Amino acid sequence: MDREQVAERLVNVLVSELGLDAEKINDEAHFEEDLDVDSLGVVELLMALEDEFDVKIPDEEAESIMTVGQAIDLVHSKLNS
Amino acid sequence: MSDRRRVVVTGMGAITPVGLDVTATWKSVTSGVSGVGPITLFDAGDYRTQIAAEVSDWDPSAHFDAKELRRLDRFSEFFIVAARQAIAHAGLEFTTDEDLASRAGVMVGAGFGGMGAFIEEITTLVERGPDRVSPTGVPRIIPNMAAGLVSIEHNLTGPVSCVVTACSASANAIGDAAEIIRRGAADVMVAGGAEASITTFGIATFAQARAMSTRNDDPQGASRPFDADRDGFVMGEGGGVLILESLEHARARGAEIYAEVTGYGMSADAYHITLPKPGGTGAAKAMKAALEDARLDPSDIGYINAHGTSTPANDSTETAAIKIAMGDAAYGIPVSSTKSMTGHILGGAGAVEAIIAIEAMRHGVLPPTINYTTPDPECDLDYVPNEAREAEMRHVMSNSFGFGGHNATLIFSAL
Repeated sequence: MDREQVAERLVNVLVSELGLDAEKINDEAHFEEDLDVDSLGVVELLMALEDEFDVKIPDEEAESIMTVGQAIDLVHSKLNS
Repeated sequence: MSDRRRVVVTGMGAITPVGLDVTATWKSVTSGVSGVGPITLFDAGDYRTQIAAEVSDWDPSAHFDAKELRRLDRFSEFFIVAARQAIAHAGLEFTTDEDLASRAGVMVGAGFGGMGAFIEEITTLVERGPDRVSPTGVPRIIPNMAAGLVSIEHNLTGPVSCVVTACSASANAIGDAAEIIRRGAADVMVAGGAEASITTFGIATFAQARAMSTRNDDPQGASRPFDADRDGFVMGEGGGVLILESLEHARARGAEIYAEVTGYGMSADAYHITLPKPGGTGAAKAMKAALEDARLDPSDIGYINAHGTSTPANDSTETAAIKIAMGDAAYGIPVSSTKSMTGHILGGAGAVEAIIAIEAMRHGVLPPTINYTTPDPECDLDYVPNEAREAEMRHVMSNSFGFGGHNATLIFSAL
């Protein structure tokens, strides 16, 4: 799966499952500051990504994800490692 | 009485199986419309009881966005929307008035809270393991969250709390909220309750307790309070909210006043976990306490909205209790159970029925007990059988009793 395909599916999860505002989503969008995702929402986000892509995202890796682009990169690297 | 503040009702909101607001609900309960039907919220094919009074036209997406809905149980949706209706009905706007909002609070009553969310999360835990359980499990499940959410939405920073006394919960919430205003701790309280327990576990456990009707082939005839052939309650769902306000606060802002909260009585049976105390002395004690609180005589009461669940034990015991509390006046007081139409909204019942009692007084119309066809010798009062009728009333009473032996009685009066 290339990065673009990952991005498409990931954005779909953010909008349809987590109810985030599609218009505000881009690579630079900061989950907490731009998309209004709180601490509970971060956990929901990680669980949704784990389910969608069948990957494991340990807490120490999750801590580095601040933006949509970083989430796409992390999932992309996991799927291709 | 002279040194305590008077409390009035200045707004009402309701989501019930027979209407998505107070006006529609009132129209249904005075027309004898039943909200009972086959359960559609889950597949009840294997259940003893397969009927309930669902809020069938409920569309949460009309009230909440997708992100909000992920964090709400159905019971909170009912409470929040009923609260919005009541606040708008009262003509109050809290978010632009910090002083008003700081003197306002919320009191919610619920029997369970987010039972649907609880079932979902426990199922996930068992089937998929602990790291698949949602981080929003707790906020969706805890019953006080409905009050917390209303406080957050409207910026209410006064007393915000929750009563969990089974089927008397929202009557207690209204009574307790009135007490908060009486003692001066708030000027306005958003008070009521909600329930949404038409769920797998909710239906299964009440059915196992043999508390619910199994008249599955006749849903609309299943809730038949005080009738000799009653065989248990029919579960309803929904919510009701009243805006309570100190009389001086309501008058100062020129608010329309729908009723005064004049009496609140509570008692306990101290008898059994689910059964009412035989003879009705426990429930009678709450009714007497409410009359005393209101400084009224039994003959002043023009209507009683009964707890009237349609269980064999409740209806005969409540009848006995009314006769103890009201004495000779009992036979002259119309008593009806609107649960015959709404089903039993459990923790939300007290609030919905308080609203119906107030509407009865305002409109001068007694809502009927439908499905009343065969008199029970143990239930020999005037139950306003099957048809609404007109009556003048200055004071109305609403009873609510709950598992655990809780008894709560409210009295509302015309101002």
